[in-house]
Amino acid sequence: MFALQWVGFITLMRKETIRIFRIWSQTLLPSVITTTLYFLIFGGFIGSRIGKVHDHTYIEFIVPGLIMMSVITNSYANVVSSVFGAKFQKNIEELLVSPLSATTILLGYLSGGLLRGLLIGLFVTLISLIFAPMQFHHIGLIISTVFLTSLLFSLAGFINAMFAKKFDDISIVPTFFLTPLTYLGGVFYSIQYLSPFWRHLSFLNPVLYLVNIFRYGFLGISDINVPLAFSSLILLVFVLWTIAWTLLKKGIGIRQ
Amino acid sequence: MNAIEICNLKKTYNGTLEALKGINLSVKEGDFFGLLGPNGAGKSTTIGILCSLVNKTSGSVKIAGYDIDTHWTQAKQNLGVVPQEFNFNIFEPCIQILINQAGYYGVRRKTALERAEKLLDQLGLLDKRNTPSMRLSGGLKRRLMIARALVHNPQILILDEPTAGVDISLRRSMWTYLESLNAQGMTIILTTHYLEEAESLCQNIAIIDKGTIIANDTTKVLLQQLSSEVVVLYCEAVPNTLPTLPNVTLTKIDDSTLEAELSQEKGLSVLLQELGTAGILVNRAKNKSSRLEELFIKLVKV
Repeated sequence: MFALQWVGFITLMRKETIRIFRIWSQTLLPSVITTTLYFLIFGGFIGSRIGKVHDHTYIEFIVPGLIMMSVITNSYANVVSSVFGAKFQKNIEELLVSPLSATTILLGYLSGGLLRGLLIGLFVTLISLIFAPMQFHHIGLIISTVFLTSLLFSLAGFINAMFAKKFDDISIVPTFFLTPLTYLGGVFYSIQYLSPFWRHLSFLNPVLYLVNIFRYGFLGISDINVPLAFSSLILLVFVLWTIAWTLLKKGIGIRQ
Repeated sequence: MNAIEICNLKKTYNGTLEALKGINLSVKEGDFFGLLGPNGAGKSTTIGILCSLVNKTSGSVKIAGYDIDTHWTQAKQNLGVVPQEFNFNIFEPCIQILINQAGYYGVRRKTALERAEKLLDQLGLLDKRNTPSMRLSGGLKRRLMIARALVHNPQILILDEPTAGVDISLRRSMWTYLESLNAQGMTIILTTHYLEEAESLCQNIAIIDKGTIIANDTTKVLLQQLSSEVVVLYCEAVPNTLPTLPNVTLTKIDDSTLEAELSQEKGLSVLLQELGTAGILVNRAKNKSSRLEELFIKLVKV
C-alpha cells in the first residue's frame, strides 16, 4: 500500500516538475525579471536616496520582503494553475479514478508549488547579492519560514482551484487579495512609519507577519512578535491543509 | 465471483434529479457486458460511480469483490476506464501520459515504460510516442485512451461509448482488439449507442431507462423477445400480387425489392423455398435493422 502511494507521489511530483521546466518562460522567468527591476529601482535608483530603516540600508531592508513576495506569488500561482488546468482539461480524472489517496494527490500538487516557490526564492536571493550583502541572523528561521510560507500559499492555491469554475476565478484571488496584501504587508516599509490607524489595520494582514518573521531571520529586526507569528504560521498551514484535504476527499468541485 | 456487483444503487443530483432509482446489476468475470440506454438514462452516472467520478447517494458497489467504500484501493486497482470524452493533458506526449497513469497505480517507471511502449505498439501509436496528445486525430486519441486504461493491467475494463465519432474501419479494428482482450479473460463493460456494436460484441446486455434497469439478460435471450423480424429481400422480379404465406407478411417496396416480416416460428430458408415455389427468386437478403435496435426501441419506447 505504501509502495503504491509512494510511486504515485513520485510520479505526480515528477509530472509537476516537468511542467514547471517545460513552461519556464511562464513559471520561472517573470518573477526573476520583476524582482530584478524592484532591486534596481527601489534598491539602486530610489533606495540610495532613502535613509536607513532600522539601522539598515533600504535595499537590505526590502530584500527579505521581496524574496518572500516572490515565494508567495509563485507557490500560489503554480498550484492554482496546475490544479485548475487539470480540472479544465478533465485530466484530474486520471487521479480520481486511480487508487491514490487524497493525501498523496495533495502532496503531489504541493510539491510543485514548493519547488517553484523555493526555486524562485533561491534565484531572487542570488540576484539580491548583486545589490546588497547578505546577512543571516537566524538561518533555521529563514529556512523554516520560507518552507512553511510556500506550503501555506500552495495550499491556498489548491483550495482556490478546487472552487474555481472558470479562468476568471483563479485570477480574482491573486489580483484582488494576494497582491494588495503583499504590497501592504510591509515589504517596502516598516509599519512603524505609519499612522496609528494604518499601523493597527496592518496587523490584520497575515502577509505582514510572514514578511517580518523572514526579515527577522535575515536582519534580526521585526515589527511583530516573531514567536507568536511563527506559531500562527504553523497553525494556518494546519488549517489550510485540513480544508484542502477535506475538499479533495469529498470531491467538492471535482466530483459530481 | 462477479466482476461487478451493484446493489440498490441510487443517485440523486442536487437533491432533486433522480438519475438512478436503486439499480441492481451484476457482471460475471470474463463477460463482455453491454450497458445500453437512451441519452440521460443513467448509463454515465452508473459508470461514473464505478470509477469514483460520481458520488453515489446510497447503495453498494463491489469491483472484483472489493467494496468501493471500504476497499477502494483494491477496487480501483482492478479497474481500467475509457471515458466518453478525451481527458488527458493535451500538452503531454503519448508515452508520458501512459507512464504517468501507470505511476498513479504504483507501477514503477521501468516497468511502466516497457508496458507503455508495448501498448503503443499494439494500438498502432508507436510512431506517435513523443507526439503531444493534442496533435493526434480523434481516432488516435480514442486508441490512446484505451492504452492508458490498460497500462496498469486491470482485470476489468469499462468503456463509455468508445467508438463515438470513430470511422467504421477504426471501429472494427477496435472491436477486434476488445474481443482479443476479452478472450484473454478480461471483463469488459461497454456502453454504446451503436446497437450493432453491442449485438455483435456483448454476451450479456442490460438496458437502463430513466434510472431503472428494464432488461438484463444474455443477448440471445433478449433477442428472442422480439416476436418478429423484418428482412429485406432483393429479388429478380416482384409481381404486383404477392402470395399469401403462413407466419409472414410480405410488402412490395419496388419491382425488385420485398420486405418480409417473419414471426419467430418462421425460418428464412422456409420462406425462400416458398417464394421460389411462388416464382419469386431471391438474390440477396438482409435484416432491415439491427435486431437489438428493434428490441431497444420496443423496450424504451423511443
